[in-house]
Amino acid sequence: MSLKQNLHNLKEKYKGKKMAPAFNAIHTFLYLPNEVTHGGTHIKAADDLKRTMNTVITALIPCLLFGMFNAGYQHYAAIDPSLRTDVLANFFTFDNLWIGIIKVLPLVIVSYGAGLIVEFIFAVIKGHEVEEGYLVTGMLVPLIVPIDTPLWMLAVAVVFGVVIGKEVFGGTGMNILNPALTIRAFLFFAYPTWMSGDKVWVYEATERAGTADAISGETILGSYAQNSEVIYSNWDKFMGFIPGSVGETSTLLILLGAAFLIFTKIGSWRIIVSTFVGAAVMGLIFNAVVSADVITESSKFYGLMNTPFWEHLMIGGLAFGAVFMATDPVTGSQTNKGKWIYGFLIGFLSIMIRVFNPAYPEGVFLAILLMNVFAPTIDHYVVQGNVKRRMKRLKAKTA
Amino acid sequence: MALLSKKDTKLITDPLTDNNPITIQVLGICSALAITAELKASIVMSIAVIFVMGFGNVVISLMRNVIPSKIRIIVQLIVVASLVIIVDQVLKAFAYPLSKTLGAFVGLIITNCIIMGRFEAFALANKPWRSFLDGIGNALGYGVILIIVGFFRELLGAGTLLGYQVLGDPITKTGLYAIGYENNGFMLLSPMALIVVGLIIWVQRSRNPALVEEN
Repeated sequence: MSLKQNLHNLKEKYKGKKMAPAFNAIHTFLYLPNEVTHGGTHIKAADDLKRTMNTVITALIPCLLFGMFNAGYQHYAAIDPSLRTDVLANFFTFDNLWIGIIKVLPLVIVSYGAGLIVEFIFAVIKGHEVEEGYLVTGMLVPLIVPIDTPLWMLAVAVVFGVVIGKEVFGGTGMNILNPALTIRAFLFFAYPTWMSGDKVWVYEATERAGTADAISGETILGSYAQNSEVIYSNWDKFMGFIPGSVGETSTLLILLGAAFLIFTKIGSWRIIVSTFVGAAVMGLIFNAVVSADVITESSKFYGLMNTPFWEHLMIGGLAFGAVFMATDPVTGSQTNKGKWIYGFLIGFLSIMIRVFNPAYPEGVFLAILLMNVFAPTIDHYVVQGNVKRRMKRLKAKTA
Repeated sequence: MALLSKKDTKLITDPLTDNNPITIQVLGICSALAITAELKASIVMSIAVIFVMGFGNVVISLMRNVIPSKIRIIVQLIVVASLVIIVDQVLKAFAYPLSKTLGAFVGLIITNCIIMGRFEAFALANKPWRSFLDGIGNALGYGVILIIVGFFRELLGAGTLLGYQVLGDPITKTGLYAIGYENNGFMLLSPMALIVVGLIIWVQRSRNPALVEEN
């Protein structure tokens, strides 16, 4: 008997019973569901929730693979800086990938494991079907944490994020906050020593601290925040050969993912573009402040304020946040005008937090979470504005 | 004969469970969020509120027939403020470091909605003994939640209980810390207290579906 037949029999056997959602979920995940809707009129469309989620995961795969190579590259380059002179020759090596496999894959597995267990438990208790929402969250989470994050911390954060960020609001589609960012925020506030500093971004840097083999890898944002010299070229920053969270370093591959999301109409180009515009505007304002000699070079904000606005777009998690986080259709704005405002404010606030709060050099996740909360308000005013305008037009016509 | 009649017992037990001032009436949240990072502070705060509420209710109940209704809020404030000053002075005299930790929140007992709420809703219309029981009951209901929240926040946030390191020493890496456990700094921040209170509300309502509001 094939696996499909087996699963089908299990489904029939447990129909109406408590465990039914669990078997249904495994069946739906592996095969096309064998039920069709009946009654009423339906629009036939190919992009169900499962396909939408798979599209986003496809867009994330390049970032994940790059992140695995980068994990190894940053490790070896921290030990032997001469590797940095010829990046391309030393990047796509098996040694690099191997470190990615032993460090990044466990993050992915723990993220999916912990999250799906929570999803299954809730589906069984509440008697609804398991929703596909976690498939994307589970892939995003390992990409936005530092490489050396202990696995149990990740599991704790995932359980917290899925329960508090999503399930308490009623599951996929009902959440106010992006679950992946809730998980990141939880990690950041709960275990700050593992989420910031110059040790956590490079494999083994934490263990080697204080020994003769000590290595470190300050992120670019961290260096700027301390007004110290940055050793990476703009080419490195754009391509992503820099220390950072696992999958968010390569602006090029993120833009590739963005193109794919826009082409498949899964991600909103309005949000992506307006986020970059918002960040650039804030960057330009800071640049203007510096060139107007308002602050001195000894000021603690000088390093980040002096960073050219276009460089702000490449460093840190801004690009990743704009493309994969802000575009989440559940937590973002729904109206077209609202999307422009929502995205613009995300970019604007990200750079502001980044510059003004040296304790949180990475302000993107805070900005997106804040705007997630405001998204329904933005939509409300956009819709009300539209209603008002049309009422006025109606009045002018009838008068 | 039992010490308390059935009706009187209900005055004490109701606020502990199905009519809890924090989880059901959602009153007194501010102090529940602010001072529950340590179990010790939670316990002292609970005792202070039990004292203030028990005696405050009695005093208001004794005066209930002579307070002109137009100025009753002012009278209530004076009563609760006098009692809070007594608590504050006692703390300063016998537990100075603790009174430092609690800071303004001892003074802010005056504005604790539960106290004014019980004065208005109960003490103004009932005899002193029943008012006393009602005050003690509500303050206990408040204290139970405070202590539960304080217990989890201190245990998970600092790894200690009442100042004793129950999970091992995080600096010399003994106990749980030896295998890589770390304290959860988020637990010490106020937002986490809100989430813990929310989880308590969740557990309580799923155990007793009658408490769930219709919408």
